[in-house]
Amino acid sequence: MTERTIRVLVAKPGLDGHDRGAKVIARALRDAGMEVVYTGIRQTPEMIAEAALQEDVDVVGMSILSGAHMALFPKIMELLGEYGMDDVLVVAGGIIPDEDVPTLNALGIQGIFGPGTPTDRIVEFIREHAR
Amino acid sequence: MFDPKKLEALAERQKDWEEATLGDALDKHPERSDEFMTTSSEPVGRLYTPLDVADLDYERDLGFPGEYPFTRGVHATMHRGRLWTMRMFAGFGTAEETNARYKYLLDHGETGLSVAFDMPTLYGYDTDAPEALGEFGKCGVAIASLADMEILFDGIPVDEVTTSMTINGPAAVIWAMYIVMAEKRGIPPEALGGTIQNDILKEYIAQKEFIFPPEPSMRLVVDTFEYGSRHLPRWNTISISGYHIREAGSTAAQELAFTLADGLEYVRWGIERGMDVDEFAPRLSFFFNAHNDFFEEIAKYRAARRIWAREMKETFGAQNPRSWLLRFHTQTAGCSLTAQQPENNIVRTTWQALAAVLGGTQSLHTNSMDEALALPSEYAVKVALRTQQLIAHESGVANTVDPLAGSYFVEAMTNRIEEEAYAYFHKVEALGGVIPAIEKGFFQREIAEAAYRYQTEIDSHRRVIVGINEFEEDEPVRIPLLEMDPEGYERQVARLERVRRDRDGQRLEATLQALRAAARGSENTMPYILDCVRAYATLSEIMGVFREVFGEYREPTII
Repeated sequence: MTERTIRVLVAKPGLDGHDRGAKVIARALRDAGMEVVYTGIRQTPEMIAEAALQEDVDVVGMSILSGAHMALFPKIMELLGEYGMDDVLVVAGGIIPDEDVPTLNALGIQGIFGPGTPTDRIVEFIREHAR
Repeated sequence: MFDPKKLEALAERQKDWEEATLGDALDKHPERSDEFMTTSSEPVGRLYTPLDVADLDYERDLGFPGEYPFTRGVHATMHRGRLWTMRMFAGFGTAEETNARYKYLLDHGETGLSVAFDMPTLYGYDTDAPEALGEFGKCGVAIASLADMEILFDGIPVDEVTTSMTINGPAAVIWAMYIVMAEKRGIPPEALGGTIQNDILKEYIAQKEFIFPPEPSMRLVVDTFEYGSRHLPRWNTISISGYHIREAGSTAAQELAFTLADGLEYVRWGIERGMDVDEFAPRLSFFFNAHNDFFEEIAKYRAARRIWAREMKETFGAQNPRSWLLRFHTQTAGCSLTAQQPENNIVRTTWQALAAVLGGTQSLHTNSMDEALALPSEYAVKVALRTQQLIAHESGVANTVDPLAGSYFVEAMTNRIEEEAYAYFHKVEALGGVIPAIEKGFFQREIAEAAYRYQTEIDSHRRVIVGINEFEEDEPVRIPLLEMDPEGYERQVARLERVRRDRDGQRLEATLQALRAAARGSENTMPYILDCVRAYATLSEIMGVFREVFGEYREPTII
């Protein structure tokens, strides 16, 4: 049985330009055999949902360090829902305080990866949970 | 510096030692690793001797502190004469909250101020702009008009304390707000001392807070050089920054090379404007990272001074010795901090700060232990400030000048980093210069490569990070984190609306119109920006004029 290649959109929502993590993750996922589309920085929720739809991805991974995640993530999840992409696996990384995690999980963001997470743990998580 | 005959004999002796003493030792106890490397993945040798610095010429390569080539420091007495400025980068929420933090820091012995702005401010947007959704006050303080700036410095003697502002795209506008804030308090511009970061080139390379395309951005930078050299003789109109390049994942040598390449580019633009190099070069300042590898960092600062002095004197023919000086601020490495076991960050920050002091820094920010989790709490920032005071008064390292000079290892490393920097200068030149290299993604690719290599070293355990891939704990974090005023956003937006309502609309329009004309032409824009600020134009309005005239920049996306 041949396994289908997992397609991932790595996205940077908001104004923050700290793209080191997003780029490292994009490369790690690619090296793990996934197809990766990287949006680049300063993406609005609309741009991200649009890109997820256009690229027909299985996974959306968002990286944010500015602290604006509680304003931006719900918007992105809402738009993904509107586009009928409820089955897409959504994960996030960056500076996300522990107390925000339950709310984000409830929104449907399944994996939240803080600083110091080994990249192979993220790869495994995506392999296990992607549709 | 060494007698060639003695070196020859020493080489023989070293060979004997390797075969006998070292050979025996390795047979009995092999080393704990096959490879030893720096934080920048550079190999580190077992032992350094005069053979590693055989060509070192004391007067040519090191000299005396306060004299060319300044390898040993920019002042004759260095920290014996005056300690570095203890300058904690701070800002969050509203101007009121940040003003209280500044007073707290000054009360606890801080000696200079450093403003962190929030994301909307950094991108030139008002707090209530649609692009600012969710970003208010998160990474720094929101400054959308002169009214905010007046509150930010309320009760702070800006003619006595110097202020550094980390602002780039809108640097000219924020600087103008600072100048007018002082003016309204009766303090003339020539009495103001401080720094605006204003280093747009590294924004394209690493920090990514660019707004306009490179050329018009550079024009605004040179406008501030020109204005500053005439009206604010105590102001550093730029802080040419390696910090963010390093945080984005570069090596120490890349940080140094890219920063100095940027610096040389600013000098070329200043000269092209028609200024004499000595007119503006003395006000150029620098900003470096202090990462984990103690000796590599010290070598980097020493190499930086030597290269800059040589380039300014030899390449640009600067006559004023002040133009040759590489004066720099240092911040310990935010990217080295761990969210896990945050107290460990106090220790990391301490030796990073120690490297900055031993490397001859003029000013220093020490990170707080909680910065991988949130903006610093009052408690955490106090510990970070105390760290500097401990180094200054108890460690003894500030009592003599450049104590590591003459260390075979440090001198060899200083030479190695200098060589790497020149190799990069040649590469950048071959690509057509700094701006073409940015447009081709050269720097961005080099940095992404280094960042990925570093991560794979951690993931594969070739590099140990305490609390991350060794000595891990499952304990939850127990330090108190900063809580911001929940009503801050409303207060800030109400103030902004009041500013828009109360100002003279006609005067506002006239000043914005005059700025638009100046931006379209080639005049220096600073006087026009100052007029807009005096008329209480908001940040979005002033930057909107430039956005309209210059357009916005989109970078090539590189993984």
